[in-house]
Amino acid sequence: MKVEQRPAGSPSKEALTDKATLLTLYREMLLIRRFEEKTAEMYQAAKIGGFCHLNIGEEATIVGTISTLRPTDYVYSTYREHGHAIAKGIDPKAVMAELFGKETGTSRGRGGSMHLFSQEHRFYGGYAIVGQALPIACGSAYAINYEEKDEVVMSIFGDGATNIGAFHESLNVAKLWHLPIVFVCVNNLYGMGTAVSRASAVTEIWKKACAYDMTGERVDGMDVLAVRRITDQLVAQAREKHEPSLLECLTYRYRGHSMSDPDTYRGKDEIKEWQTRDAILSLGDYMKKQKMLDDQEIQKIDEEVTAQVEEAVKFAEESPEPDPKDLYRDVYADEVAS
Amino acid sequence: MAVKTVIEAIREGMDEEMARDESVFLIGEDVGNRGGVFLASDGLFKKYGELRVIDSPLAESCIVGVAIGAAINGMKPIAEIQFADFIAPAMNQIIEEAARFCYRTAGDFNLPMVIRAPWGGGVHGALYHSQSIEATFGHIPGLKVVVPGTPADAKGLLKAAVRDPDPVLYLEHKRTYRLVKGEVPDGDGVVPIGKADVKRQGKDLSLIAYGLMLTYCLEAAEKLAAEGVSAEVLDLRTIKPIDQAAIIATARKTGKVLVVHEDNRFAGIAAEVMAIIMENAFDALDAPVMRLTGPDVPAMPFNHVLEEAFMPNVDKILAKARELAAY
Repeated sequence: MKVEQRPAGSPSKEALTDKATLLTLYREMLLIRRFEEKTAEMYQAAKIGGFCHLNIGEEATIVGTISTLRPTDYVYSTYREHGHAIAKGIDPKAVMAELFGKETGTSRGRGGSMHLFSQEHRFYGGYAIVGQALPIACGSAYAINYEEKDEVVMSIFGDGATNIGAFHESLNVAKLWHLPIVFVCVNNLYGMGTAVSRASAVTEIWKKACAYDMTGERVDGMDVLAVRRITDQLVAQAREKHEPSLLECLTYRYRGHSMSDPDTYRGKDEIKEWQTRDAILSLGDYMKKQKMLDDQEIQKIDEEVTAQVEEAVKFAEESPEPDPKDLYRDVYADEVAS
Repeated sequence: MAVKTVIEAIREGMDEEMARDESVFLIGEDVGNRGGVFLASDGLFKKYGELRVIDSPLAESCIVGVAIGAAINGMKPIAEIQFADFIAPAMNQIIEEAARFCYRTAGDFNLPMVIRAPWGGGVHGALYHSQSIEATFGHIPGLKVVVPGTPADAKGLLKAAVRDPDPVLYLEHKRTYRLVKGEVPDGDGVVPIGKADVKRQGKDLSLIAYGLMLTYCLEAAEKLAAEGVSAEVLDLRTIKPIDQAAIIATARKTGKVLVVHEDNRFAGIAAEVMAIIMENAFDALDAPVMRLTGPDVPAMPFNHVLEEAFMPNVDKILAKARELAAY
């Protein structure tokens, strides 16, 4: 699918030159990449079952956005959320254990791939139903306003969600009630197997913000620094002015919609073309040019995150299964009712 | 102790809970400036302001979704769905999220939230303003469903619902709003969720009902007494979690049970009550458990003849009760 860039263009890489920050972004993106590659491997080895959607290719949209948040800010995500959970600070071990369905997972094995959760990290969920979390995210943002806190909610979803009623209901109240929320649309050009142009009357998703008189931005979702810079502005706008916004990140998933998707609706050339713009490689190249990083250091970072992922797998494999008796736990907070 | 209507009791319950706890707020269509279409929240907008009494857009999925999010963040929302029939756009949020939030997060989160919805027929509301929804939602683990039929229970259960740690669907029968009057205790008068109530003692047979049908069953019991039949009336008050002990106790006491509701017959609450009795009090029965319910048609028609044909009423209850008494 051909993508029209927004004429205004993305903010430039030069805006961010602090080496420590760039290294963190690089490491985080690579960790998510290696985590997801290992997840695919574990799925193929039947260690992970069910339905599984990978973030591979979209790392810049994850790290570029979530890295702008404070630990006290909130993230609501979708079923393609392993990377979001890790970026929000959840230990990859707990994420992998949840993918394995183990007792030590983020939801004690009840959720699996699509339903990660952590109260402690204010990661308020993967949601398997498209568009489901947007009104809920607005509720959290409403509570922030009511309690006069300076926290921000980030609601992340795909291009497919922007055709659902809940998306429009949510943008409407966000603007109406001045909610401190940033809506992040990860536009990977396909809603499952259907191209955006065949599912959405408006293919430039950022323009949908206009209907609600809301700030709308489009950014190159393969450029982590561009994503980070614009998100930083939108988060500040939400925090300081209580003005919501819609950010569209143009990106691409290298794998199919899910692990069981044969991916027959996209050309191999299209996939290869997007891979030439890989977010991790291009940040690495940029840092090398800036003399912030060399091949040896890149190799070292890769070895470290790979070891971290291996450790997560080991932890998941060695963790116990949930007790069948726990089937009846937590139906109600008030256990008398259960 | 003063005599009040059901709608007054609901308003008073919300007012007192909002005064008691600043995290309680009300959200719904026209609940603010207008005070609600049935005036359930009349005066609360003026008293508590627009941050706590929110006139929402006409978007039910958003109303409930926002309530869930606010509850996650520690607030205690009361979301009003203007008519129970309008709840369908919000079913996704209620069933998929509210009901399973505690479960899916393995107890990390619970949702202290109330969804109020006026339900039931007999007001010429026709297809989209008359429905009963208690069986649909009673089927969903993780939700609690209450169905008060008197002013004291309306207030007491509202308070219990607001204070409950879990999502509670609070169904108020719109025909009872101003029809049913009764004494409401001063003070909190909290009525526990999950407890049925014997509204009339009897020994020959039991009528089990809730909502508007409670009033009709009490009238029928009065007439049956004149005929020499002593009818006990059990008010379920809560659909989920249902009070099994109270159901079994009345079945064992009288040996003859008639369950009455206006919701559709198939897989209705009566079917569940009958199953509970069969599983636990079969040996005490003197007659098959009977039920009088709304018919299995898609909705309540507008025309008054058709509406009357749909709704159980005192005469229909009497006829069925006589059949049971004679068995």
